Amino acid sequence: MEQHVIIQEGYTRLKKTRALFIGGLLAGLVILIGVAVTLGSAGLTVGESYLAILAGLFPGIFSAPDLATTIVWDFRLHRVLFAVCAGFGLAVAGSVMQGILRNPLASPFTLGIASAAATGASIAIVLGAGVVGGEYLVIGNAFLFSLLAALAIYGMARYRGIGSETMVLAGIALMYLFSAVTSLLQYVGSAEQLQAVVFWMFGSVDKSTWPKLGIVALVLACTIPYLVYRAWDLNALAEGDEMAASLGVPVERSMAVLMMIASLITAVIICFTGTIGFIGLVAPHITRMAIGGDFRTLLPASGLVGALLLLSADSIARSVLAPQILPVGIVTAFLGVPFFIYLFLHRRDA
Amino acid sequence: MALISVNSLSFAYRDRRVLHGVTFSVDAGEVLGLVGPNGCGKTTLIRCVDGMLSPDGGTVMLDKREIRTMHRREVARAMAYVPQSAGNRTGATVFETVLMGRRPYLNWTVNRTDEEKVIAALDLLDLGDLALRNVAELSGGERQRVMIARALVQETGVILLDEPTSNLDVCHQMGVMEVLRGLAGEKGLAVVIALHDLNLAATYCHRLMVMKAGAVYGYGAPEEVLTEEMLRAVYGIEAVVKRDLSAPYMVPVRPGHLRGGA
Repeated sequence: MEQHVIIQEGYTRLKKTRALFIGGLLAGLVILIGVAVTLGSAGLTVGESYLAILAGLFPGIFSAPDLATTIVWDFRLHRVLFAVCAGFGLAVAGSVMQGILRNPLASPFTLGIASAAATGASIAIVLGAGVVGGEYLVIGNAFLFSLLAALAIYGMARYRGIGSETMVLAGIALMYLFSAVTSLLQYVGSAEQLQAVVFWMFGSVDKSTWPKLGIVALVLACTIPYLVYRAWDLNALAEGDEMAASLGVPVERSMAVLMMIASLITAVIICFTGTIGFIGLVAPHITRMAIGGDFRTLLPASGLVGALLLLSADSIARSVLAPQILPVGIVTAFLGVPFFIYLFLHRRDA
Repeated sequence: MALISVNSLSFAYRDRRVLHGVTFSVDAGEVLGLVGPNGCGKTTLIRCVDGMLSPDGGTVMLDKREIRTMHRREVARAMAYVPQSAGNRTGATVFETVLMGRRPYLNWTVNRTDEEKVIAALDLLDLGDLALRNVAELSGGERQRVMIARALVQETGVILLDEPTSNLDVCHQMGVMEVLRGLAGEKGLAVVIALHDLNLAATYCHRLMVMKAGAVYGYGAPEEVLTEEMLRAVYGIEAVVKRDLSAPYMVPVRPGHLRGGA
């Protein structure tokens, strides 16, 4: 009987640890957002930045100088929130892909989705061809190509009898194919076009705007609650197709739906940001090491870890060589890789 | 009463026929051993019975209901499956891995009753001490017991096991078989086990079904099925079958060494 109590208490403790971890991340993120909006080259003080935020929210009650309000609202706030949403979404998509494919290397990048987006963007930049014209030419192409890549992977896997290994292999093959197409376009493009493609591929949140933030936030709001709702199915799928089926999960349908949602989240983010690698790969691993693999808590927690990582990286990218802004994709890797390796070397069961 | 009955089941992978009209049934309280050489179709049969593969002929009835007409979740409440190897999900504790067995009943939250059922199953399989350990840290034998515990919390009438003793030493093999046989009796479960070890199968199963090249070669009590002639015909080996213990057992013999030759 005593052992029962120990087990039950142990499980309760585990649940508490997870709740605390998520609470801690949330608090950390709020603080970091608070710091990030005060960073910049305009020389605003912390007080002025917050006053500007409050003045924007409650114009009748607070007032701030127009310049401060403009800088904070038109330049900083949407960028900060965009970094939060993008980090959150990429990490959640990575968790889902790693879970379904039972492959620790699965991420939007290793599956070729990001390379496809880069190809789409290159076609728009070099050839000027695309489905949507005007301002959304590059974005539309990147979005369309990443979804096409996801569909192609799924189609190939389906044709061969869907299996997780097939999907990963198909993804890696596509990644090479799309990289080759992008290289070819870079080869034939002019110097300016080449520069634009390279810049796009660096990945950054520089081009964020309120409407773009709105689109990403809307997609996340529509998809992430559903993914969390399907957490038990993800738990079962992470154990293997056979195991999931015998636990009552309709395997093929669930894999298709969940993969497509993860791909949609990825596509809608990277079409605006370019290639921000690493978040989707690393955030789920960090989270799993910290609180285990139950998707009910893994999804929100890795989302928060991703948001924290990307926002930290962007804050560093904006301040380290200010007023020069480094592409966040570069900083993410500089920041994430050593941290990731440190974690791997120091974890208990290594 | 048969909890599960399989009738004329056939299956082919593309143009390669793997199962030919397999028929059997398992009553409540009964343990059926599936034996036969590698590649004879044991695993395919189990996967067809569990609905993971779609047979191209025949029926599987679970408690008088055709499995094809049932929702996956309903099947999962009636039949559990223990695969050859599983439980490698990174970062899950033993407790959580067993808790997964409640998935066919859970909505999103886990209540006290679910937790208590998990603890009872852990107790039964002597896993209480390991409950909070990570599954990845366990030995093959311990992990196998975790998977059986999970099948138990699924609270099904039928349990299918695909070589549950393949990673275990003889002591743990007997431990697992003892638990399965005991559970079948106590809880009135119908248990189907694919096994390689014929002596283990004859000792613990009420009936054996011998498969050869996708068809049923022999079906009945171990005394009837485990014969020297069967071993010659199905496995192509010479062996002596002894009957001086409560269950028959076989001793394989090197070709040409049957009469005490060295």
